[in-house]
Amino acid sequence: MSDVALRAQGLQKHFGGLKAVSDVSIDVHVGEIHAVIGPNGAGKSTLINLLSGELFVNGGAIMLGDTDITRLAPDRRARNGLGRAYQKTTIFPKFTVHENVRLAAQARSPAPLRMFGHVRNNAAVHERTAQAIDRAGLSVRTWITAEQLSHGEQRQLEIAMVLATDPRIILLDEPLAGMGQSEARGIIDLIASLKVGRAVLIVEHDMDAVFELADKLTVMHDGQVIASGLPQDVRMHPAVRTAYLGDHGGGS
Amino acid sequence: MTRSWLIAVVLFAAAVALPFAVPTYYVQFASKALIMGMLAMALNLAVGHGGLVSLCHAAFFGLAGYVLALLSPGYDPASLLTTLPLAVLASAFAALVIGALALRTRGVYFIMVTLAFGEMLFFLFHDTSIAGGSDGAYVNAKPEIAIAGRQLLDLGSPTVFYFVVLAFLIATVALLTMIVRSPFGHALAAARDNERRARSLGFPIFQIRLIAFVVSGAIAGVAGYFAAAQFGFVAPQMLGWHLSATVLVMVLIGGLRSVTGPLVGALVLIGLEELLKATTDYWKLIEGIIVIVIVLAMPNGVRQLWPLIFGTSEKRETKPATVAAEARHV
Repeated sequence: MSDVALRAQGLQKHFGGLKAVSDVSIDVHVGEIHAVIGPNGAGKSTLINLLSGELFVNGGAIMLGDTDITRLAPDRRARNGLGRAYQKTTIFPKFTVHENVRLAAQARSPAPLRMFGHVRNNAAVHERTAQAIDRAGLSVRTWITAEQLSHGEQRQLEIAMVLATDPRIILLDEPLAGMGQSEARGIIDLIASLKVGRAVLIVEHDMDAVFELADKLTVMHDGQVIASGLPQDVRMHPAVRTAYLGDHGGGS
Repeated sequence: MTRSWLIAVVLFAAAVALPFAVPTYYVQFASKALIMGMLAMALNLAVGHGGLVSLCHAAFFGLAGYVLALLSPGYDPASLLTTLPLAVLASAFAALVIGALALRTRGVYFIMVTLAFGEMLFFLFHDTSIAGGSDGAYVNAKPEIAIAGRQLLDLGSPTVFYFVVLAFLIATVALLTMIVRSPFGHALAAARDNERRARSLGFPIFQIRLIAFVVSGAIAGVAGYFAAAQFGFVAPQMLGWHLSATVLVMVLIGGLRSVTGPLVGALVLIGLEELLKATTDYWKLIEGIIVIVIVLAMPNGVRQLWPLIFGTSEKRETKPATVAAEARHV
């Protein structure tokens, strides 16, 4: 349980004079879902981008297991076992579900950039592709073009792609955004199953989903962490109640 | 699958029979068209498959031609086996340097940076006395393959030259098809369609693009080597952006999404030019209008005509074949 998959310490990020993230530290353990919540503009998305490498920190350090990834580019972080799904679905729309996921599986195969041999003729990649599609519940949609999927299915595809890269930690940026009740149910169950053998960090606005899923909870406000710990403890934290949960009314 | 193989075999047979059926002039004309087709296919690896619109491929083309001119010993033929690899190496190296710098930019900036580097090479040969400056230089004898003074392959014969070019063209098609279908090719296409996502999956975008750019530049070098050998002359215009843009038009006419489309585009444009030159003095004007009409009417290239000519829809041809092939693995 105390196996730290991802450790961020004292992260700083400013855009000009604006401090988007200041002195944020967070530990994400294998086997747990760590949710980050906070009002709009709290710096949650910036934090995810810092962790995935799309933005570089102005200060602080990020450790992925025993590897210091603070200065690594996003693709190097991915090859070190970090996977992320995006807030805006960013699959490859013209490719089929299978091709999308195969690309992800290929990225983590021993020879991801081999220049000979047909891309279809790799049994190991094919196996991992099929497994990831199956885990995400998209088996019946395998041969559909990604752009033809429903919004919810596209989110499932996002997760299938992340799974196919076999990451040690998964970053999920608002996986439930814009989703109806019934669609959300399936995704929540899927997310709950992801933590087995790996760590999950999730940024999400849907409080019911967060309290259902989260093993740990971190609350951000104005770029800072104002509380972090077990969900039931954080829920009672006075600063959290005034800054965030109070706004939603009846948070207890 | 069988149908497209049949078409390929028929086209190959026609290409082999051509030198025995038409006068020498047309054999030379066909060689020139195939060379431009090779250049267009090379460019399309960057433009169509990599999403990298380059305006400096003429520089890789011309540079290889200049290497042949500079390495040719006076009035004796140069050895193909040494000068071709050196010429291609020079083009590949130029592509490596230009690509390494240009690939740090995106979109229209990439186009401008490649244009600038291409023009630098143009002016290197135009404004200095290297190989005759702006006058250009002659390649007096066509390269040969000779062992111990015995000539095995003489490019001086138009028919032999044609077959050598045809062989290299087929090798180019095979190489590009292999690359496009390989894991590398799919990673390249992924980077084109969604760079951010491809990177977050773990693909090193910069390296992938640089490799594609270098391969593309090297093949352009092969084409440039044979062009210089055929014309027997190199001039700075061979490296200029005007040729780069013409080849880009060939790619657009032929279609960006296939390996052989740009070859078709090159044949169409060069054939059109030849036809119009013979009939009117205003051929460039007419050619321009026809190119505009083609690009507007067939935004995916003249390959869109395939189903009309051969009676099959491309979609129906590729999709079930793919599914069936993949299903076999399950």
